[in-house]
Amino acid sequence: MLLHLGTRKGYLAFRRFGKGDWRCERTAFIGDPVSQLLPDPRDGRLYAALNLGHFGVKLRVSEDGGASFTELPAPAYAKQETSAEKAPSVDLLWCLEPAGPDPGSLWCGTIPGGLFRSDDGGRAWAVNEALWNQPSRERWFGGGYPHPGIHSVLVAPDGKRVVAGVSCGGVWISEDAGESWRVRTEGMFAEYMPPEMREDPAIQDPHRLAWCDGDRRRIWCQHHNGFFRSDDGGETWTSLDVPPSAFGFAVAAHPGDPRIAWSVPLVKDECRVPVDRRMVVARTRDGGANWESVGRGLPEGDSFAVVYRHGLDVHPGEAVLAMATTTGALWISEDLGDSWDLVTAELAPVYCVRFGRP
Amino acid sequence: MPSVHFTPNLRRHLRVDSTEVEGHTVSDALSRVFRDNPGLRSYVLDDQGRLRTHVAIYVDGRPVRDRTALGDAVGEGAEIHVMQALSGG
Repeated sequence: MLLHLGTRKGYLAFRRFGKGDWRCERTAFIGDPVSQLLPDPRDGRLYAALNLGHFGVKLRVSEDGGASFTELPAPAYAKQETSAEKAPSVDLLWCLEPAGPDPGSLWCGTIPGGLFRSDDGGRAWAVNEALWNQPSRERWFGGGYPHPGIHSVLVAPDGKRVVAGVSCGGVWISEDAGESWRVRTEGMFAEYMPPEMREDPAIQDPHRLAWCDGDRRRIWCQHHNGFFRSDDGGETWTSLDVPPSAFGFAVAAHPGDPRIAWSVPLVKDECRVPVDRRMVVARTRDGGANWESVGRGLPEGDSFAVVYRHGLDVHPGEAVLAMATTTGALWISEDLGDSWDLVTAELAPVYCVRFGRP
Repeated sequence: MPSVHFTPNLRRHLRVDSTEVEGHTVSDALSRVFRDNPGLRSYVLDDQGRLRTHVAIYVDGRPVRDRTALGDAVGEGAEIHVMQALSGG
């Protein structure tokens, strides 16, 4: 079992040799921020999105499991001849997903809000005009970044159904592989907006979306103002009471059991630290009616660990959980979150963890 | 002809060499460099062809004023330096 990490200071791969025995066997891009990774199950390629800061966003691909990488053109907006100062430029490659069964078909969600598609393994990209030209996009805005961004793209195996999460711009659904879109946030609310805009779909801030591979009607959403569940593929949402807090960034769905999900709670938006500075994982096993704080082995106090949106992943076959923090710790659970083994506490802040797909 | 030099920090990512090129503006000169080294373009300019926020260009010791269209004039024998601004951590 192989786990890929994108950190503020490079890429690392950890291999499992036994319970609690994970060893780093590969690194790349040391010193450079790696914002996202895609170990592609269809052709074995490993894509790495970099954010070089001074020199912009970059995309690299490995054909040999991460031993060597070559550069691909990163998604970019077409040059506009008018209003040159405000015309968009990609700030961050925030999520990368297979776009369907065809190897080489990819979605890339970005800041400032463009969803890009490639059908040739990343050699050429085009912004999805149907979403980019939505009139309500004018009301999207950034959450934690100066501009809005697409961080979650859920894609059905046939590539037709796509569900995209935008911070802050709502949950967008396509039934035709991105040809057309509709926004669906009924049940969500935004307390950070004036009262009359509380339920406006285009300003909702879903922090992260995750669905159950075994039942894709069940989608979990860690939102800025709470934790939500959909039972109808994202059409409507139900607010859930998640102790010790419904605020956080990450969410993971059990691959086979739609009743099981995990989040990593923080106090609140204006105080982004673990509740009582005790790091816990919130887990439901009954579809969200009841939650328990689990995490034997995690720090019992004095923790400032935050798990970013892409910092929690679940292995699609084995239901092993990986979680990594802004404080540079990597944790693994092999019992659905009851207990956690510390792999290392010496990493740079971690942006994403992704299991290699079988 | 103007000379164009690049911060050695770029060499971590791709090949860059100092070079002499024809050109009456910074944009002219860089366009000729990018013609021979197309991969370099996106490291210096953003999607719209503007100078990246944390990249600085100096012409004969003076920072360029036009960061959007790079229209600053360069004379015969000008020294153009593409540098990395100090930021990050």
